[in-house]
Amino acid sequence: MFGSGLGHWSERIDMAQNGHVETGTARIKRGLAEMLKGGVIMDVVTPDQAELAQEAGAVAVMALERVPADIRAQGGVARMSDPGLIKAIMGAVSIPVMAKCRIGHFVEAQILEALGIDYIDESEVLTMADEENHVDKWQFKTPFVCGARDLGEALRRISEGAAMIRTKGEAGTGDVVEAVRHMRAVSQGIRRLHGLRSDELASAAKELGASLELVREVSEAGKLPVVNFSAGGIATPADAALMMQLGCDGNFVGSGIFKSGDPLRRAQAIVQATTYYDKPEILAEVSENLGEPMVGISTSSLRPEELLAVRGI
Amino acid sequence: MSPAEIGVLALQGDVREHREILERCGAEVRAVRLPADLEGLRALVIPGGESTTMSRLIQRFDLLGPLQEAFARGMAAMTTCAGTILAAREIRDGLTDQVRLGLLDIVVRRNAFGRQRESAEVLLDIPAVGEPPVLVAFIRAPAIEEVGPEVEVLATYRDEPAAVRQGRHLALTFHPEITGDPRLHRMFLKML
Repeated sequence: MFGSGLGHWSERIDMAQNGHVETGTARIKRGLAEMLKGGVIMDVVTPDQAELAQEAGAVAVMALERVPADIRAQGGVARMSDPGLIKAIMGAVSIPVMAKCRIGHFVEAQILEALGIDYIDESEVLTMADEENHVDKWQFKTPFVCGARDLGEALRRISEGAAMIRTKGEAGTGDVVEAVRHMRAVSQGIRRLHGLRSDELASAAKELGASLELVREVSEAGKLPVVNFSAGGIATPADAALMMQLGCDGNFVGSGIFKSGDPLRRAQAIVQATTYYDKPEILAEVSENLGEPMVGISTSSLRPEELLAVRGI
Repeated sequence: MSPAEIGVLALQGDVREHREILERCGAEVRAVRLPADLEGLRALVIPGGESTTMSRLIQRFDLLGPLQEAFARGMAAMTTCAGTILAAREIRDGLTDQVRLGLLDIVVRRNAFGRQRESAEVLLDIPAVGEPPVLVAFIRAPAIEEVGPEVEVLATYRDEPAAVRQGRHLALTFHPEITGDPRLHRMFLKML
């Protein structure tokens, strides 16, 4: 199953009986991500933060023990969060709840699925569990989101079963520069494929490290077959609107909200800026008097071994 | 005859899927994010997404009054999933001050079937659009738990109404726009 895995509705009707019910299909997994479009998914570490995020208008929350900025500061091995914390956050809000597993750690993913989590983020923000292999995400009914720095990474993750992509950016920095780089790289990759002749696609597939079937599909459609959010360094309403104008479908905000001076106001403003991303007058108004943003770290000051985005390519 | 101009509430959610299917049905589509966008619309589609997010944006950008006025002067609504929650007379398991438009005399419970693992593709028998059954997606779907006497039930799922019509409004707890069958959108456009 290397293509998009979706049949045309009319074929599906012929195949199935009236009243037929099927869970965990590619369409159902991708469908939840479609519902999140134009929205903001916020990292939270307590049930109270989850409630605040919901109140501010988040479309989903990411349940974590530590936000990326703290993982960076404290070091050590970063793993899946305690199931008790994840359950408490799931109990506190009525919007979807996501949680992270380590790259390649399919047992953490199995545990998250058993908890009934709505989306699993196989994330480079946690320490890698397998340096060669990602989780075989087709084996799960729970949808997965994965990070990508360019089109090749995005297509490899989709081939492994990811139902949603987020550009990696550089998590926990509050510096948007890597998020911009990765979003532009994915968009440019798609535009290039869209312009190729069909006899040039096999070579492009080899170069991208992705299947020809998926490369052909993206070339024809001129877009990814799954939703693509941005992530990794978004700290202000202007950052969120910038990523939307660059063509993402929505934003993940990690440390940027709860490491700022006034989390509720900042969260609301980032939600509003994601919806009205192309209205500068509204962006100016929602950006006023938000208090201190997260302090942040310039990604150019990081040593190569401190970069998270290079994990799991 | 010029094609009907249809709005899609574009605060958040699967706006693109509704736009594509409406355009395939021959409608002219306008995204609605601000009160001025409502001017002259014959109908508004309220898409799937997060009803709490849409509520907060409706409140913050003073859209509730203009929406109510537009519906009062005859604008029709087609709503899917989160949109149906907003259109209900009463919302169960919502936030305390969640926006309710009260377009249909229905009581809706959010996430009535549970979390994402209960989400499903379903072949639904909807006699109003004829044979064959319609392939639709229920995604963290609400359920319509009570309907008033003016409400016509067009389809049921797990013994509860899933597609209902009242006057010029059509409300669905599922997503035909995710699976792509255009028959419900076409029926709505014919109702105008």
